[in-house]
Amino acid sequence: MIDTLRLTAEEAARLLREREVSAAELYAAYRAAIDERDPELHCYLHVCEDDGGEGIPIAVKDVIGTKGIPTTAGSKILENYVPVYDATVIERCKANGLRVLGKTNTDEFAMGSSTENSAYGPTKNPWDPTRVPGGSGGGSAAAVAAGLAPWALGSDTGGSIKQPAALCGNVGLRPTYGTVSRYGAIAFASSLDQIGPVARNVRDCAYLYSIIAGRDPADSTTVELPNAVELPEGEDLKGLRVGVPREFNEHEAIEPGVREAVQRAIELCRELGAEVGDCSLPYSVDYGMPCYYLIAPAEASSNLARYDGVRFGYRSPNGGDRLEMYERTRDEGFGEESKRRIMIGTYALSAGYYDAYYGQAQKVRTVLAREHAQAFERFDVLVSPTSPSVAFKLGARSENPLAMYLSDLLTIPSCMAGLPGLNVPCGLSEGLPVGLQLIGPQFSENVLFRVGQALETAIGFDPVPARLVDV
Amino acid sequence: MANIDRDQLLHVARLARLELREEEVERLGAQLNDILAAVSKVSELDLSGVPPTSHPLDVVNVWAADEPHASLPVEEALANAPEREGSYFRVPPGGSS
Repeated sequence: MIDTLRLTAEEAARLLREREVSAAELYAAYRAAIDERDPELHCYLHVCEDDGGEGIPIAVKDVIGTKGIPTTAGSKILENYVPVYDATVIERCKANGLRVLGKTNTDEFAMGSSTENSAYGPTKNPWDPTRVPGGSGGGSAAAVAAGLAPWALGSDTGGSIKQPAALCGNVGLRPTYGTVSRYGAIAFASSLDQIGPVARNVRDCAYLYSIIAGRDPADSTTVELPNAVELPEGEDLKGLRVGVPREFNEHEAIEPGVREAVQRAIELCRELGAEVGDCSLPYSVDYGMPCYYLIAPAEASSNLARYDGVRFGYRSPNGGDRLEMYERTRDEGFGEESKRRIMIGTYALSAGYYDAYYGQAQKVRTVLAREHAQAFERFDVLVSPTSPSVAFKLGARSENPLAMYLSDLLTIPSCMAGLPGLNVPCGLSEGLPVGLQLIGPQFSENVLFRVGQALETAIGFDPVPARLVDV
Repeated sequence: MANIDRDQLLHVARLARLELREEEVERLGAQLNDILAAVSKVSELDLSGVPPTSHPLDVVNVWAADEPHASLPVEEALANAPEREGSYFRVPPGGSS
């Protein structure tokens, strides 16, 4: 009997290699778990039938193009879109013996922090289905937490891998900008978008990263990794310098239970042999969110211009000339949040406002990158909560866009600087997972994995939601 | 402090090719003004000497050899078209503005 709630991808690979289970049995186990739990949780927008394929199943966020498998980006405007080619990350997964299990729910075009902006309805948090799983990659994070996939691919623009991983109690990596190809992924904000792994533990996360990372001639923003990915063995943290940025750890939005769990993890770093010190990044938290919500919508307004009802996707049946067709198609096809961001972005880029908004935000971005670089002269990693709060109730922030934007207060700054970030579960507060955010310099993934692995072992967090365990 | 009025909102919607319905104009207008007030915080800083960042990595142009290779067949390129005519995408006649 395969226990999908606890099976890691590494163990699944061993079972397949040693022929203890067949690929068909492995698929069937996940399919049974999906049939049992997904009607409640709604992690998947599409589940693939067993085509007799081999390999370890993987769930894929629905912003990543999959040949012959519907890819909607959580939007009505792509309701019937079926890509005619695979994204590079999917090709790499297939070449490494993985098979696509299904496509996971997301806020429309990955714009959101709760997965409530999906045109196909929200995903529920497996720890408490009255709460959100975070977003935008709530489907991938919830699927992994609920044993509906051993691991998953997500995408992260301002926190869409790290924040859902925090709220669902799994390990998620936003890789260094440029290390993973975006070819074939649906673009949101191209100077920020990154694809990355979501897993049940740090080793699986590192393993999946090793599969997808590396230069891709089809994505000219990608670079070669300076070092090969190392699977962490993680014993101690001797010689490691851990920085605790005050603004990220003392912000008033941080819930007391979150602060306590993170403080305990920082204390553990010390016990594991790390040198721990305070530091200050005065601009990142206060100016990161405003900077992000100018740059990301500006780039989104440009990237989303392609949805015009001409080459693919929805076209309004409500007649009119070509211009009216464009305008109606976009009004009927896009959801509210997409429209808000298109409007903000178009405004910020329009004549007379460009310098004051977009241009100024790009300068703020330089300030944030510089103050992170300065901190890394003294420290190897920076730690903080990933999310200021545990999973919030469905509907709690959906009527107030600004309250929703603050969900990403602590994940946004490092994204602006192109830095890698790892979420590692560090305990529970009110019965819900708390995530620790580890930030390192560009290309420091191996260090993040080492720290994550050591902490994971020391903390002994159980990633299985108690309510899903049969008693 | 930034403030988008109704005319500006409709102008921006037109630039973005969005035909907003009346109830959206009202709702979006209020929300956009709240969001703009929050993001306008970036203008508090004097950054006259600071260069902008448009790309987080220190990389320069990437050149690829100019070698022909297979591209999508026409049938696949048109597979998702809402409407086609022969090997073309079909669209309604052009508008006036």
